[in-house]
Amino acid sequence: MSDLPLIQADRAVPSRAATTTFTGGGRRRRLRLLSRTDRVVITLMVLVPLLIVVGLVWLPALATVALSGTSWDGIGPLSEIEWVGGRNYSDVIHNYPPFVPAIQNNLLWLAALFVVATPLGMFLAVLLDKEIRGSRFYQTALYLPVVLSLALIGFVWQLIYSRDQGLLNAVLGTSTDWYGDPDVNIWAVLVAAGWRHVGYIMLLYLAGLKGVDPSLREAASVDGATETSTFFRVVFPVMRPINIIVLVVTVIESLRAFDLVWVINKGRNGLELISALVTSNVVGEASRIGFGSALATIMLAISLIFITAYLAVVMREDRR
Amino acid sequence: MNTATLTREPAADKPAPRRAPLRPARVVLHLFLGAIAIGWLFPIFWAVLTSLRSYDYTAIHGYVSFGGWTFDNYVTAWQSAEFGKHLLNSVYITVPAVLLTLFLASCVAFVIARFSWKLNIVLLGLFTAANLLPQQALLIPLFRIFTEVPLPEFMSDSELLYDSYWGLILINVAFQCGFCVFVLSNYMKALPRELYEAAMVDGASIWRQYWQVTMPLCRPALAALATLEVTWIYNEFFWATVLMRTGDKFPVTSSLNNLRGEFFTDNNLVSAGSVLVAIPTLVVFFLLQKQFVRGLTLGASKG
Repeated sequence: MSDLPLIQADRAVPSRAATTTFTGGGRRRRLRLLSRTDRVVITLMVLVPLLIVVGLVWLPALATVALSGTSWDGIGPLSEIEWVGGRNYSDVIHNYPPFVPAIQNNLLWLAALFVVATPLGMFLAVLLDKEIRGSRFYQTALYLPVVLSLALIGFVWQLIYSRDQGLLNAVLGTSTDWYGDPDVNIWAVLVAAGWRHVGYIMLLYLAGLKGVDPSLREAASVDGATETSTFFRVVFPVMRPINIIVLVVTVIESLRAFDLVWVINKGRNGLELISALVTSNVVGEASRIGFGSALATIMLAISLIFITAYLAVVMREDRR
Repeated sequence: MNTATLTREPAADKPAPRRAPLRPARVVLHLFLGAIAIGWLFPIFWAVLTSLRSYDYTAIHGYVSFGGWTFDNYVTAWQSAEFGKHLLNSVYITVPAVLLTLFLASCVAFVIARFSWKLNIVLLGLFTAANLLPQQALLIPLFRIFTEVPLPEFMSDSELLYDSYWGLILINVAFQCGFCVFVLSNYMKALPRELYEAAMVDGASIWRQYWQVTMPLCRPALAALATLEVTWIYNEFFWATVLMRTGDKFPVTSSLNNLRGEFFTDNNLVSAGSVLVAIPTLVVFFLLQKQFVRGLTLGASKG
């Protein structure tokens, strides 16, 4: 379907003015049609990856939305699918005890990353952006956790959190099961997740800060602005694109959080997350496809809002 | 040694006058950053430390003690958990997936950057957004598709896309393509257009323009992306957990979880296993740190 407009666009090539910023500007191109081979090559270059992404990402996403209005056990033939309208959604909200804790935990996850980890990462980036000796060592230490998988991070922190063999209880003299106790485990997990997130955010901001025009800062300091007010009034607003990317990264990360709680206890007992509920409903003992899809659709809808915002920002940057 | 060379670097390019006497504010700054850095390294340090101690010793003396040094945990973890096999599985999945992702993404990025068609922006959006969707939201239909698509037996003994390396490679490619298309198209747009004009005068076909003009110039971006993607796909946990069934075929990151039962009572063994799983990513991190960082920041800012 999508290859058709592409070939039409193909013919529009010669009329394309060299509007891209990189050329000198108004250079006129002679009309030149692409050869037939070139057209086939271009179509294949786009079509093959497009088919993979549409077939394995976008169509399943649409199918999830469609399935959320049905009752289906996931095993029988597709003809057995029965339309039930919004029943799955009302079940999710009214008859599914883990749903509310999951929403709360996802929001808590977002809040913790957004209120604590992200500002800390930004603060550290500001400190490391100064010319200090050993800056590279500090940076390396901070983003080392970024290369580890979240599943592995779950295991690494188990050595600290474990009730009988963990460091934390040994030092504090307590006997809390940090991963098991539903009152505290989400906080314990958030520390581990934040540990990784800070380094990631620091990296993004460090790159952003390097891109800030130094003359802006000089001008501010000539005007007698303090370092703090220069940052908040001048540097921070200039980094708007990075800020939005960081915001989206934070939201998406908290929505997609999964590995960490799954390796701990498959997202139960205080560690409910929407992603874990979807997975349990599909691969778990009772495969409730329609119901799981309703949960997944909610997740999809939230993420699409932020993805759209993200795309709007990066595409606008693109045109500049 | 590595850190020594790294820390010397900034001092080397700065002229001598920079080395002003340390002001108190600087001392506080260094103390603060030093404390944070140590705190950040501590969990990893602790994992390595625990992995090098015998369970019998720590069971008696507790973990806040000194002694009981041994290398046995690694030997036991390697043998009982068959790490060699699982690491190899990770290689089977990661290497083809990264190569395929980079190849397909660079094709799309080339077309997006080379021509300015109206549809390019839709194409770019379609690819970039796909990378950001929550995986779990696609699980239900994908699970069904994977259990329906047959593969010949020589490709997978499951005879399905489900529980096969092919399936995992494919889904990783589909998911990671978006990010690479985004980064590479930005990178390619920054290349001078005159290159293509010259190539066209020479009568170079589109394929030759892509393969012989654009791709060699994109080596830095490709290297950065390759480093990043190797780490990401090696670390991938979700798809392997839900789309694989046979324990022997799991890549190493998700195999950890299956082996937890065996390790449950022995934290020292858990830490040895964790360190073993982390080693490849840590090697990448220390050898290709620059590439890794550049890959991440290329995605956020315009290279």
